[in-house]
Amino acid sequence: MKTAITSTGETPDSKLDQRFGRCAWFIIYDRETGATEAVANPGREALEGAGPAAVQLVASKGVRQIVSGEFGIKIKSLVDSLGIQMIILKESEKTVREVMDLLKNQ
Amino acid sequence: MSPRPKRPRKVSNPPPIAGMKPYGGNEPAGDGDPVFLEYEEYEAIRLCDHEGLNHVQASFLMNVSRPTLTRIYASARQKVAEALVVGKQLIIEGGKVYFDSEWHHCAACRCYFNHPEKQQAVEACPLCGSRAVSPFDAHPDSLGQEEAVDSPDDEPENRGRRPCGEPGRPRRRQRRIRQQKQVRDEDSNHQYGRDS
Repeated sequence: MKTAITSTGETPDSKLDQRFGRCAWFIIYDRETGATEAVANPGREALEGAGPAAVQLVASKGVRQIVSGEFGIKIKSLVDSLGIQMIILKESEKTVREVMDLLKNQ
Repeated sequence: MSPRPKRPRKVSNPPPIAGMKPYGGNEPAGDGDPVFLEYEEYEAIRLCDHEGLNHVQASFLMNVSRPTLTRIYASARQKVAEALVVGKQLIIEGGKVYFDSEWHHCAACRCYFNHPEKQQAVEACPLCGSRAVSPFDAHPDSLGQEEAVDSPDDEPENRGRRPCGEPGRPRRRQRRIRQQKQVRDEDSNHQYGRDS
């Protein structure tokens, strides 16, 4: 199962980004293979519609879970209708690697 | 004066079907005018009749007032009865709704998560795998809490763009405009030396 984690940087050692639509990077982690992929968020500086565009992007990568600090109101219903699970983690000090370790150790 | 906008109703579980067709009647199924059951009416029936909640509980889950829920429910009963008695096709569509699944909280890693696979029960936290999960329902005590967690305010794209019916935004703005106007009026009064 693939999980998208919003990240402030390109590497898994960067901190978790608290926003979803305007995060800097998405780190897509595949739990089965352990592979990670960093995808830059094109909607980072967009004036509007960053959230739905970001949902399209991660959905096109086959992601089934998204970990982020929070989700906007437009995104929630969209993500919900796609059957993707949202996980809200309000800890900005956590790094992406720590989140990946949590997922791995289940 | 325009009527007050409808508050968007929260639908936790979308219907598994798009509608129902009668069979065994004199006319072939699906002929004639269908009955359109709105999503909110479906949700009201689901909560009140299928889950067995009372109107107060159901109204909290749908994020509307108790009288509104009762009105939605009454209209839903009327439509279902008509479809059943007259033998009409029932189509579930429309309504002022937004979809939101039920949220859960994990005590171990302090995360909140929703649950898209509604058929399966929630057993473990999807993040840390801990079993210390509890439903994070929008019942009266935690309503304010959930608002705080869900608050989209920090996300720039959502600023000032709540759907109508979210608590008091437009009215507050109107009040502010009115206050500014008052201040302006007072200023001009001072200019002309007319103290009110």
